[in-house]
Amino acid sequence: MAILDIKNMEVVYEHPKALIDINTHYCPGCTHGVAHRLIAEVIDEMGMTKKTIGVASVGCSAFAYSYFNFDFVGAAHGRAPAMATGIKRVRPDRFVFTYQGDGDMMSIGTGEIVAAAGRGENITVIFLNNANFGMTGGQMAPTTLPGMKTSSSPNGRDVEQMGFPLRASELLASQDGASYIVRRSLHDPKNIRMAKKAIRLAFETQARGLGFSMVELLSTCPTNWRLTPAKAGLWLEEKMIPYYPLGDIKVIPAISELKI
Amino acid sequence: MPLNGTIIVDENLCKACELCVEACPQHVIALDNEKITPRGFHPAHLAQDGCTGCGICALVCPEAAITVYREKHVA
Amino acid sequence: MAKELWEGNQAFAEAAVRAGLKAYFGYPITPQTEALEYMSARMPQLGRTFLQAESELAAINMVYGAACAGVRVMTSTSSPGTSLMMEGLSYIAGTEVPMVLVDVMRAGPGLGNIAPAQADYNQIVHGGGHGDYNPIVLAPASIQETVDTVYGIFDTVEKYNAIGIVLIDGSIGQMMEAVEMPPMLELRKTYPDWAVKGGFAADRRVLTSIHFNPADEEKANLRRMRQWQEIQKNETRYKEYYMDGAKMAVVGFGLAGRIALSAVRAARAEGLPVGLLRPISLSPFPNQAVRQVAQQVDNILVVEMNSGMMLEDVIKETKGGTNVEFYGRMGGIMPFPDEILSEIKRILAGTRRSDTHPRDQWLKRMEGIA
Repeated sequence: MAILDIKNMEVVYEHPKALIDINTHYCPGCTHGVAHRLIAEVIDEMGMTKKTIGVASVGCSAFAYSYFNFDFVGAAHGRAPAMATGIKRVRPDRFVFTYQGDGDMMSIGTGEIVAAAGRGENITVIFLNNANFGMTGGQMAPTTLPGMKTSSSPNGRDVEQMGFPLRASELLASQDGASYIVRRSLHDPKNIRMAKKAIRLAFETQARGLGFSMVELLSTCPTNWRLTPAKAGLWLEEKMIPYYPLGDIKVIPAISELKI
Repeated sequence: MPLNGTIIVDENLCKACELCVEACPQHVIALDNEKITPRGFHPAHLAQDGCTGCGICALVCPEAAITVYREKHVA
Repeated sequence: MAKELWEGNQAFAEAAVRAGLKAYFGYPITPQTEALEYMSARMPQLGRTFLQAESELAAINMVYGAACAGVRVMTSTSSPGTSLMMEGLSYIAGTEVPMVLVDVMRAGPGLGNIAPAQADYNQIVHGGGHGDYNPIVLAPASIQETVDTVYGIFDTVEKYNAIGIVLIDGSIGQMMEAVEMPPMLELRKTYPDWAVKGGFAADRRVLTSIHFNPADEEKANLRRMRQWQEIQKNETRYKEYYMDGAKMAVVGFGLAGRIALSAVRAARAEGLPVGLLRPISLSPFPNQAVRQVAQQVDNILVVEMNSGMMLEDVIKETKGGTNVEFYGRMGGIMPFPDEILSEIKRILAGTRRSDTHPRDQWLKRMEGIA
């Protein structure tokens, strides 16, 4: 193999400054890591490393505060939007975002997230949807697909008994207070690029005081789905996207007209 | 002619998930079966020539383990 | 400063404002809703933060957030809302950030009714939320005392990064009394070093209740317990009335203590040697004071608006030496001074020591009453 002299090469990509150079506890191939990376990249690019406060929730990402190189607090399960509200209301010039999984936000946390969106709270929510409660071993979550097997729906989610999955983006977008609600996916390069753009616009929504922003990120959970990381990406594309369509669910004109 | 590129994978961070192996359009990344990282993984590495520094591997990497370099374009 | 007539709920709200309160998050619940309504006008008037949350659960979590940002923040609620806040209080205790809660108690359990009670004692004084922690709990008995307590508690909680709870009941919240308001303090312009404020790299702060490594968690808990010892030394408060030459003592907190004071005064007017011990700090509990009173008198009558909760803490301190009896009203019923005076007379007339628990003896006597 040819040896190339990196000293004379330009850096196309390097580890973001807003992300700590440390090993994470996330499973190999888990797209939490991709989401963390994209958030850190956007914060670096927007120059917000010294004015950001993150709110970690409860789930696999409970330790998110160990991975981002800026201020963080840890909320109770489902309560991150309320905690973020408390912070943003007293420090409105800081950038405040929550990082929540589907079990956290759409099971125990539905009250808090609906109220925050309804109020048009000027915070950003990064919502990782991998259709199960990952941290506790892969139980059924409100986002688990019909027929999907989990550790607490061993015969597959039976909609007769357990009802239908909740679509968070559509639910919240129906509120006047929501300004930017977008669903993207982290399963392949093209979608990761679009996810980063969405995160950037969500952060711009907050930076410009334009109201409540949320990016729902369809994510893989290789361990609990019992698939390799690559196959998990394919499963997401085949099974999750039909139920959770990607795209701009709600974007107010002020943001859709932004040129970044 | 595509520019030459190269990657350096941080072996402390790589978890051998192989997303970069799958995603690389030039198919030049593979796990290095001769090495084991302190965390017990075979880290990803450039296995052949042909890297164009496109950065897609770094785009999919959940660990931000990959630094991507590319030859400077000489006008 | 001149005295003005203030309603209890509005008075404690104004007292907090004067203490430099930066943010109030609350939810409507009788009998403290006037505090929320007062704050909804007063805080924006001063350019400070007010938000009516979607529930008490949300309110305490908003308080949690603002407390992590290092500002003076409080909420107020009543008993059913306090139950909802227990989770939040545990998280706040685990994260060790200061905040203030005013609990305006009403009858329960469950929805109960909106009349006054003191039945949150167990849940509040003995921690409430899960885990090893102790909140500072103060129980004033008049609106002036409530104002002074709320005004001063912000300094106290910030000194120890602790939770401060002011426990009053629905009647203190609803009644009106002449009050002298304390001076208006300026809002603080700086933030504590430990607060989250947008720090980066070495300047970043992480505030969480997680200590994933058990050894770390134990260290944190030990530190909290040792700090509690400091708080016990410095923040124990109580008042004694007519204890000179007393052969019997009534023990009551909050309004029960104040009503008992009327009974004790009436008793003294009849020449009966009875005094009153009114704990003001329920946590830290004035153990030493109770022990000393127990050594002095032959009989103690605990009066509460519950089924006998502080009673147990008093019994613990007397260790079976002094005769302890109990008189309680529940469900929102408040005792009248003459009821307590009857009890005082009954006990002073001579009681037979019994092995039966004071609560069981009281339940027997209540058969004639309710």
